Amino acid sequence: MANLLYEKWLDGEGVLVGDGAMGTMLQATGLEPGDAPERLNGENPDAVRSVHEAYLRAGSDVITTNTFGGNSLRLALHDAGDKVFEWNKAGAAAARQAADAQEREVIIAGSVGPTGSLLQPVGDLHFDEAKDDFAEQCAALAEGGVDVILIETMSDLEEVRAAIKGARAVCDLPVFCTMTFDTHGRTMMGTSPEEAVRAVAGFGVQAFGSNCGNGPNEMEEIAGKMFRAPSGFPLIIQANAGVPKMEGNQVVYEAGPERMADHARRCSDLGIRYIGGCCGTTPVHIQAMIEAMKGSGEQGSEES
Amino acid sequence: MSRNQELTEGIIRGDRENVIRLVREDLEAGRGPVPILNEGLSPGMEKLGDQFGRGEVFIPELMAASKAMNAAMEILRPLLEATGVEPLGKVVMGTVKGDMHDIGKNLVCMMLRGAGFDVIDLGVNTSAEQFIEALENSGARILGMSALLTTTMNRMGAIIETIRKASFGEEVGIMVGGAPLDEIFAANIGANGYAKEAPLAVERFKELHAALRP
Ligand code: B1M
Repeated sequence: MANLLYEKWLDGEGVLVGDGAMGTMLQATGLEPGDAPERLNGENPDAVRSVHEAYLRAGSDVITTNTFGGNSLRLALHDAGDKVFEWNKAGAAAARQAADAQEREVIIAGSVGPTGSLLQPVGDLHFDEAKDDFAEQCAALAEGGVDVILIETMSDLEEVRAAIKGARAVCDLPVFCTMTFDTHGRTMMGTSPEEAVRAVAGFGVQAFGSNCGNGPNEMEEIAGKMFRAPSGFPLIIQANAGVPKMEGNQVVYEAGPERMADHARRCSDLGIRYIGGCCGTTPVHIQAMIEAMKGSGEQGSEES
Repeated sequence: MSRNQELTEGIIRGDRENVIRLVREDLEAGRGPVPILNEGLSPGMEKLGDQFGRGEVFIPELMAASKAMNAAMEILRPLLEATGVEPLGKVVMGTVKGDMHDIGKNLVCMMLRGAGFDVIDLGVNTSAEQFIEALENSGARILGMSALLTTTMNRMGAIIETIRKASFGEEVGIMVGGAPLDEIFAANIGANGYAKEAPLAVERFKELHAALRP
């Protein structure tokens, strides 16, 4: 089914606003720390749907499925390697339900995170095994009804390539990708934003960008660097709400809604086409970000 | 380039085959294992460690160098033992319960092995009981724990407390590490050592080992 919001956006219209953290919000609903968040897709899909609903109420155009760790290599660490299909499909379906209850059109991004293993030659994981793992996950996400595949938080270009190949092997959905530039301005494997943009241009993605690992300040620098490499595809920025700090036993993110709102406006002024948050970003942050972007007259869903 | 420089360069470039060849040739020419290690190989790891700390090289370079170092140590270890150089101690390592991050811990393990430690790696998601069992069975008195999540790092204190209650608990030297930790946190939970980066961790482990010896 064609997604009109996506089609218009791809033609150059507007800025998509994403969502924020999922895991921390699920922890409030009884997810054991350390357990696979994807388990809830199977066992408590209502909890997952209600997080999506909170972001939709805040105004998100794109909601991201609770399937970040849903490949078999990662689920196997929780003795759930055989749940890939069930939990990914259920995760997509929970987002689909929340989206279909909206009057406006929204985009469901099927989250695909790293395998957690290092690929050869640095590590032991074979390219084909990674590709097959990603294919298995993407097939389930497609079946559950996502609109795009969002390959997220990657550090290694080889793994990005494996994930894109895996997705392409099982579905025709658009593929977005983000990497995490958290180590001296590069990914932990040493890839710079400019190098990443050039490389993924050759892999064929519909959008590319940076998520997680950085707060708004560093993200704006990364955005600038990505623009320096000619790409031809829309760029994505999803910052953490600043750096996590411990206050007693609580994790507190230092960037409040105002800082994230300011950040969203700057990103949209720069020409970033898909702006969201990551760890520490809540529906309150997203709402503030949308307000700020309205002010600069850029937000996509308000124009149609 | 001198022989030592060739060895050092081989490690820095992570050129495993070349390092193996150079070590074998040196041994055949009658050079002792100690100078090969201390003057040739170790300076390579040290230089690369510094570059890693400055963000000039990244995980792939450090992994390749560690693999080359480990290959050289395979050859040198029996010879070092034969010359009466005492092996560095046994170390039990693991990422703490609830935490699946192991890239940093694996790097530390590799570098410890490269430095001559005997490492018993318990993998990820390791409970206090599993740590105690491994310490008991192996006789190791050095323990390394890694955590990457703020939730799991907060369990390290309780794990240390449980270990201290074991019959041999007070004898164990405990090192902690992982991105969200710092020196103060480590001291507060009763750890005996902390390091921000893998190359520094090797130095701290050596200090712990030296302090343990009667
Ligand atoms: C014993 O003595 C010692 C001494 C020194 C020691 C030591 C022990 N251990 C380490 N060191 C030291 O030496 C090493 C080399 O110098 C260093 O080790 P590090 O481990 O620090 O460094 C490594 C060499 C490279 N760094 C890493 O390997 C970690 C990188 C980041 C991006 C990261 C990765 C790669 C992953 N992740 Co995770 N991940 C992040 C990380 C962000 C970051 N920049 O830290 C972090 C840690 N993750 C986070 C999160 C939230 C999560 N992750 C998760 C999963 C994963 C992947 C599987 C995708 C993957 C792990 C793969 C693997 N096999 O380890 C999930 C948790 C799963 C679980 N239960 O553990 C999940 C919950 C995400 C989710 N929603 O599912 C965040 C934690 C936030 C917090 N406040 O706690 C995070 C900081 C990202 C962020 N938000 O910016 C030193 O610390």
